[in-house]
Amino acid sequence: MALVTLKPYKEPELYLECNNISPDAFAGKTAAEISELEVREGKTRVRLGDYFEVSGKPGDTAEQTEIHIAGDCSRIKYLGTKMTAGSIKVDGNADMYVGGWMKGGKIHVTGNVHSFCGIAMEGGEITVDGNAENYVGSAYRGDWRGMRGGTIRIRGNAGNDIGTFMLGGTIIIEKNAFIHVSTHAEGGCVVIKGDVEGRVGGQMVKGDIYVLGKIQYMLPGFKKIATVEKEIDGVSARFNHYIGDLGERHPRSKGKEIYANLFVMAS
Amino acid sequence: MPKWITQVGCPYCGSSCDDLEVLVSDDGKKVLETRNACVIGNEIFHHASNPNRPTRPRMRQEDGTVKEITYDEAIDYTAKALLKAKKPLIYGFGSTNCEGMSAVGRVAEKAGAVLDNCASICHGPSFLAIFDNGYPSCTLGEVKNRADVVLFWGCNPMHAHPRHTSRYSIFPRGFFTTKGNMQRTIICVDPRETDTAKLADIHLMIDQGHDYELFDAFRTVLRGHDIPDVVAGIKKEQILEAAGKMKNGRFVMIFYGMGCCHTDGRNHNVDIAISTTRDLNSHTKASIMAMRGHYNIAGPGQVWSWQFGFPYCVDLSRGTHAHMNPGETSSIDLAMRDEVDCFVNVGTDAGAHFPIEAVRHLKKHPFITVDPNICMASEISDLHIPVRIVGVEEPGVVYRMDNVPIQFKKVVDGPDGVLSDEELFDRVYERMCELTETEPIWILNRGHAHGSSTAEQ
Repeated sequence: MALVTLKPYKEPELYLECNNISPDAFAGKTAAEISELEVREGKTRVRLGDYFEVSGKPGDTAEQTEIHIAGDCSRIKYLGTKMTAGSIKVDGNADMYVGGWMKGGKIHVTGNVHSFCGIAMEGGEITVDGNAENYVGSAYRGDWRGMRGGTIRIRGNAGNDIGTFMLGGTIIIEKNAFIHVSTHAEGGCVVIKGDVEGRVGGQMVKGDIYVLGKIQYMLPGFKKIATVEKEIDGVSARFNHYIGDLGERHPRSKGKEIYANLFVMAS
Repeated sequence: MPKWITQVGCPYCGSSCDDLEVLVSDDGKKVLETRNACVIGNEIFHHASNPNRPTRPRMRQEDGTVKEITYDEAIDYTAKALLKAKKPLIYGFGSTNCEGMSAVGRVAEKAGAVLDNCASICHGPSFLAIFDNGYPSCTLGEVKNRADVVLFWGCNPMHAHPRHTSRYSIFPRGFFTTKGNMQRTIICVDPRETDTAKLADIHLMIDQGHDYELFDAFRTVLRGHDIPDVVAGIKKEQILEAAGKMKNGRFVMIFYGMGCCHTDGRNHNVDIAISTTRDLNSHTKASIMAMRGHYNIAGPGQVWSWQFGFPYCVDLSRGTHAHMNPGETSSIDLAMRDEVDCFVNVGTDAGAHFPIEAVRHLKKHPFITVDPNICMASEISDLHIPVRIVGVEEPGVVYRMDNVPIQFKKVVDGPDGVLSDEELFDRVYERMCELTETEPIWILNRGHAHGSSTAEQ
């Protein structure tokens, strides 16, 4: 892997829209060419080099390119959006759309991320050591095809709208979440290791949710059918198995209706 | 002789009543009396004759006082502020006509601005739900003529839309509803006993913020499954009774307001309300409608969807395409995150409606208000530009809450020299073109869109 290091040296007045910070955009370029890549601050077009010191040399392809951002990206949007391979590491926080529409590769943020992390993701891995705001692994507005693959791991808390319209892939929230987990989902797996306030699996058609903490307000459309032993993300425990959302449409297979599964750790 | 003008539109709430009669003085300058208007609508017509109304732009001076300036100076200031800003925000439009909204669209495109309307803090979540789940809606005429079960969810039309219940939803006698309110079952879902709830046959006093759970319970019941004994503070028997009434109705109408789309979950509450409407259609006919607040707040959704493809939170800063994602491009989020550097408030009062912290952020940069009257936003602005009052002094197209376009009239002349929203923003656009030495292409091509605004009757 060939390493490119970006060192932020100037804080933008508004926010920088950096769709170009990805192994795909950097591959095969020199440090000077990378500095010349266009990013936007509002309606003004600026150079990446106006805000970052670029050093190192990327690989010839995205797979061989590793990007290290040695500093905080609290005012940088779109880090690693649509990337297909390679890796990005951020020392600090990142703003919205980290790994949005991502197809492959790895992103590691050591701080917090803002909303829309991994929105409409198709593959790859995102790891956030801090907290995430809302819309982790959600669909873009109006799109019924949400996250389709890949893994998002948030080591802290997350807000609302986790995995809305999810079709596949895995989201793991290691602490608590607020409301709306896997709303409208038709696949995929969400694991919440802490507590959730409510609305877990609303309008959900298919897919799995594991809650290792408590759900404060259970939806009336979920019915307990069994207690089962399960292992999920390294934790083995007894779970209450619910099916639902009974208010939503469900496909039929072999004469039986297929429901979404909600596993809540038995106390 | 004073003259009665009939079939006048009312520039107040989303019901956009078009049956008002207004008595104007001999010289056509003063409103003397109104008929058919509610108390608030009546007040708006009389407001126009207020002698203390500003008639010239007022610019904030360094010592904090304001000084009257000419429209030319105000237009120049606005054009320069919009061009200088990296990401200006133009917000408002609850109370202006579609012609004005269209003119602002042209300005926003030139300025690379974010264009947002009051839906952002109002029925914006409804748009998001509509994107996700469709909108099985109808017109208010159909409600009047067909609806025999009317559900008011988190809205209080007796106060917010005073003539809604008498013109459309509870009392009127229609083609299939010849017995008026005797024939209608009214269900109200509200945590408080509002004046609308007092009129209801069934009042479900829901725990605040648990709308989603109650909708889910209705859906589960409608599909024949069991629900817990209490959901969202409502007993199972009451839920079953209300669900039964809806199932057995001939035409169920769901009206919902801020109580539904601005409690936790927001767009998801509306989303599941739409799903419930769809479910009800396997038993009977059902329809759903947002109780839009202002008389033309459905207008920007229509106008900008046509111009840019999105109804609100339209980010035009990229210059190549419009981008929309509330949470990022919505006014409050932009303000709270310090993401804009110029603010233009048009035909609304951001000073009164925005969180104080958002206003503080916006106040760091040029802050311009375009509004006929003194309001909280105008009093903290760097520049306040008064305009003519739409529906009183300026005609134009407005969209009622059911997205039906209505041509509003003018009944009196505006104060001398005061511009309309459309005239003002077209001049701002022309000034911006002069300053950037570009062709004012939209002005040269707007003839086709201009016919309606010159029609006075």
